Amino acid sequence: MSPTQWDFPVELCCRPMAFVTLTGLDVVYNAVHRAVWDAFCANRRADRVPISFKVLPGDHEYPKCRPKRTSYEWYIPKGILKTGWMNKHLNLVPALVVVFYELDWDEPQWKEKQSECATRVEIVRQSLQGRNTKVAVVLIQKKTPLPPGEDVIASERAAALCNACELSGKSLFVLPHTDHLVGYIIRLENAFYEHAQTYYYTEIRRVKSHKEFLNKTTHQLLFVRHQFKIAFFSELKQDTQNALKNYRTAYNLVHELRAHETNILEIKTMAGFINYKICRLCFQHNTPLDAIAQFRKHIDLCKKKIGSAELSFEHDAWMSKQFQAFGDLFDEAIKLGLTAIQTQNPGFYYQQAAYYAQERKQLAKTLCNHEASVMYPNPDPLETQTGVLDFYGQRSWRQGILSFDLSDPEKEKVGILAIQLKERNVVHSEIIITLLSNAVAQFKKYKCPRMKSHLMVQMGEEYYYAKDYTKALKLLDYVMCDYRSEGWWTLLTSVLTTALKCSYLMAQLKDYITYSLELLGRASTLKDDQKSRIEKNLINVLMNESPDPEPDCDILAVKTAQKLWADRISLAGSNIFTIGVQDFVPFVQCKAKFHAPSFHVDVPVQFDIYLKADCPHPIRFSKLCVSFNNQEYNQFCVIEEASKANEVLENLTQGKMCLVPGKTRKLLFKFVAKTEDVGKKIEITSVDLALGNETGRCVVLNWQGGGGDAASSQEALQAARSFKRRPKLPDNEVHWDSIIIQASTMIISRVPNISVHLLHEPPALTNEMYCLVVTVQSHEKTQIRDVKLTAGLKPGQDANLTQKTHVTLHGTELCDESYPALLTDIPVGDLHPGEQLEKMLYVRCGTVGSRMFLVYVSYLINTTVEEKEIVCKCHKDETVTIETVFPFDVAVKFVSTKFEHLERVYADIPFLLMTDLLSASPWALTIVSSELQLAPSMTTVDQLESQVDNVILQTGESASECFCLQCPSLGNIEGGVATGHYIISWKRTSAMENIPIITTVITLPHVIVENIPLHVNADLPSFGRVRESLPVKYHLQNKTDLVQDVEISVEPSDAFMFSGLKQIRLPAQAFYTYQYFCQATGSTHG
Amino acid sequence: MAVCIAVIAKENYPLYIRSTPTENELKFHYMVHTSLDVVDEKISAMGKALVDQRELYLGLLYPTEDYKLCRYGYVTNSKVKFVMVVDSSNTALRDNEIRSMFRKLHNSYTDVMCNPFYNPGDRIQSRAFDNMVTSMMIQVC
Repeated sequence: MSPTQWDFPVELCCRPMAFVTLTGLDVVYNAVHRAVWDAFCANRRADRVPISFKVLPGDHEYPKCRPKRTSYEWYIPKGILKTGWMNKHLNLVPALVVVFYELDWDEPQWKEKQSECATRVEIVRQSLQGRNTKVAVVLIQKKTPLPPGEDVIASERAAALCNACELSGKSLFVLPHTDHLVGYIIRLENAFYEHAQTYYYTEIRRVKSHKEFLNKTTHQLLFVRHQFKIAFFSELKQDTQNALKNYRTAYNLVHELRAHETNILEIKTMAGFINYKICRLCFQHNTPLDAIAQFRKHIDLCKKKIGSAELSFEHDAWMSKQFQAFGDLFDEAIKLGLTAIQTQNPGFYYQQAAYYAQERKQLAKTLCNHEASVMYPNPDPLETQTGVLDFYGQRSWRQGILSFDLSDPEKEKVGILAIQLKERNVVHSEIIITLLSNAVAQFKKYKCPRMKSHLMVQMGEEYYYAKDYTKALKLLDYVMCDYRSEGWWTLLTSVLTTALKCSYLMAQLKDYITYSLELLGRASTLKDDQKSRIEKNLINVLMNESPDPEPDCDILAVKTAQKLWADRISLAGSNIFTIGVQDFVPFVQCKAKFHAPSFHVDVPVQFDIYLKADCPHPIRFSKLCVSFNNQEYNQFCVIEEASKANEVLENLTQGKMCLVPGKTRKLLFKFVAKTEDVGKKIEITSVDLALGNETGRCVVLNWQGGGGDAASSQEALQAARSFKRRPKLPDNEVHWDSIIIQASTMIISRVPNISVHLLHEPPALTNEMYCLVVTVQSHEKTQIRDVKLTAGLKPGQDANLTQKTHVTLHGTELCDESYPALLTDIPVGDLHPGEQLEKMLYVRCGTVGSRMFLVYVSYLINTTVEEKEIVCKCHKDETVTIETVFPFDVAVKFVSTKFEHLERVYADIPFLLMTDLLSASPWALTIVSSELQLAPSMTTVDQLESQVDNVILQTGESASECFCLQCPSLGNIEGGVATGHYIISWKRTSAMENIPIITTVITLPHVIVENIPLHVNADLPSFGRVRESLPVKYHLQNKTDLVQDVEISVEPSDAFMFSGLKQIRLPAQAFYTYQYFCQATGSTHG
Repeated sequence: MAVCIAVIAKENYPLYIRSTPTENELKFHYMVHTSLDVVDEKISAMGKALVDQRELYLGLLYPTEDYKLCRYGYVTNSKVKFVMVVDSSNTALRDNEIRSMFRKLHNSYTDVMCNPFYNPGDRIQSRAFDNMVTSMMIQVC
């Protein structure tokens, strides 16, 4: 875009830098000069002093200085600020002119050179006459200078040169052209900068000095002008604090000016300039809040200063520019490190700028609607002699006239007309869109998605006004889903209405239909008359006719559109549009519902499709088809009616192909599932509803899954929450909200009609061949085939159980590890109706605990569904939990030959081993035999015959055995001596003959064997007679290999009379047995 | 004076929205909708605060560049939002006045919720609520 009247001048927006001109440099032909110049202008980073350099010839003519005014008494200013002033001080009038001259201190022709240099300086001074511009001389030298004070000639000649050129010593510099050029240049420019600052300081003083001559009545404008100049010079001097202070004063002075319709534009223009400077400096000083406060104040002060009503669009243009410029400044500051927040970011200013641009457009539309015959005035009142205005913000046809009265109303009229006609050519939409898109970018950055959407809607609408419908649609389409997903239907409807207009004007069939569908739907907040208009159009479009134009469209655009639509009709090509509805809210709703979550394979699968139209008039559809995950079923679920296109409007209320608004239509479908799909899920993948006709135009609405669109999930949630009682409806009707989508169903096998019984006697006993009798009886009406039995441990239990459980069909032999835990698919053959079969199973459980056993019977049967023959596979299973217990407990104890309990046995002394077998089984057990297998260390004293052969034990009964054993001395063995095994052979008493006998081996406990030194054995007769002698014999045995001294004393009881030695002492030989006799005669008592 | 009062569901769809009939209704809808950006941001910022210390009143939502219509926000504990657009061109309302208006609105909303026939999440159609909103919209004229 070329700069317009409203754009700020460049010289206002740039950062003012001290202006220094360099003369005497031949940058084209002289390599040394070129290098010097490059060193000045290359790499001007922030660390270098802010100077703008310019190379000019030595005899350059600088702008002439007007003669100094001695008195302001009769002076009346013609405006606030001249348009050329800022540029003059930025680019034309230097603060310092530097004269470069090649001269070495040892120059042989010194005199001549010195006077040439003085001449050059003089020429520069001439052209700067009247200005305070400083002049400096730089001598470009080939030799490196000596340290100051050492070169006597140099200091002499330098003084002479200064004298000749009338320069102070501070203004003469030496630039040795050596390796360190850049370093010298930086030192030079720092020195220049100081000179420049001095210059600007004197300029400020000069302007300030005018003040005292001014009076408040005639020189109001000058107060502003001078204040502005001081501030501007301060900026040039890089004294931003003072600049800001002075700009603020200037700003206040501007608003003190007497405002009138004739000068309001000038005041606003200057206020805008100064405000811009203030805001800019505030941001530069990192005080953004000051900037914002100033800007608010500025807007508050200015927004009512509209000025001429006929040119009020100018005020909006100016306002728009203020906001835009502030937004730019804000954005600039952010790029330099300022942080903005969600509620205070440049976006708001761009948005507001866009708002004023829109206002401007509106006003321009009403104020500039001149007839085409109105010619642009000639001569052009907007032309000036110089092509530019003398003062900022003045009218070109009355420049410099300060009177508030219009001297020439006719001229004024022509001028306004010219401005109005020019305004008519402004492409407002372009301005608005640019501003809006700036704002969008900002709001996106500061997490304002909704604000962004809102602005995008405005952009879309602006594109619509600008007749760029493609871009408009693109933007509107983008934001639609935001409003839809958040459920702001009023906003969505408004966006859709614009989008519909765009698509109409472009004759975009698919878009037109899509938007119509949604505008007719329940999400649309349009009135019924609008809806019926749209519906009528939609039906027209579907019948391959042109729709009526949308209201409020541009007449020319409508004409073009009508032609486009006419072309569309004649155009052959694809007239079928498939529209996925999951992303919007169409006017037909659809819900699919299987009657049950599962169907047996021998009954037909049934489901309903519910349809409801929300449009104002009944509508007829031409086809409905349902697709499944198994596509073979698709063919069964199609409703189609060959209707002619012109019938769409007729007979609307009849027939099932017609949807009456607000009424729920139910369509029943059924089909027979395939037997391969048993155990699988049948899912409705999509429902397609065709509106219109394939000969005309056809729209296929495509619902994914069992129906539902962008709004339905929220509705379903609300319906589920609701306690509201729904009014009663006739039997065949249902409430739409009460229908819950069920888009999938399971196909399960046919219900078996057989019985499976299990006969067994729990619990099972460890290791026994437990018998399980399976009885299968058919209750089917026809023969069943291929009956198979799977039986055994139910899979999925503890893995250890699988190792310790074995199943077999043959009970006659014991099964071992190689037998499986589950027998699968044992063929049993066929069964006639009512027939029954029995199968015996034997289970051997190696460990106690409970186990689940599964008996699964499968078979095939032929059956008919809906006159279709199918082979069904049915199955029935039975599960049983069987507890396994130990058949008996075996207790073993060691006793002495006198049946006294023994903790330990004595070497070589016989003892008794007693076994006690206690039945724990609830069923009678037969102990077939038992056997004692002795460890090699044990010897038997007598025969080891079983004493419990063929004993039958009832629950709780026990069988005991006793064996006399002896253990030779084996020394001290840790943990005792192994005794051996006790083996019991047993079976259930009830078990059949051919069932094998089970052998249970019990490991006998270890026993501690102890050696004793002396063994005493008393040999007593089993009975004695009264008054007869009773011989008592004691055997004493020395078990050691040493001779032991033994003392025996006998203490008889009172019941006996005693004879023999009462006390004896004798040596006992090792391993000798002594016999000691004594006699006692007893007497009876009482 | 309030020129637009809106109740927004937790899921950010409007439950109730009313504006002065004299002005462009759509403008207010957009205004309320765009305010939700700030409401969302404020809610997520205070999410960490303890429930009982939470301030329901959200204050001024957007700085108003046209210095005329101010938008204020309020959020209940169940994340239902109230947005009020106030015309401050004639009279500048004090913060506590706005607060008390919101409190009144909240009380009335609570009454609506207590109605066993009202299904939470449905659009508010209560006449009592409507009357209260009407009274607030003409209150300070």
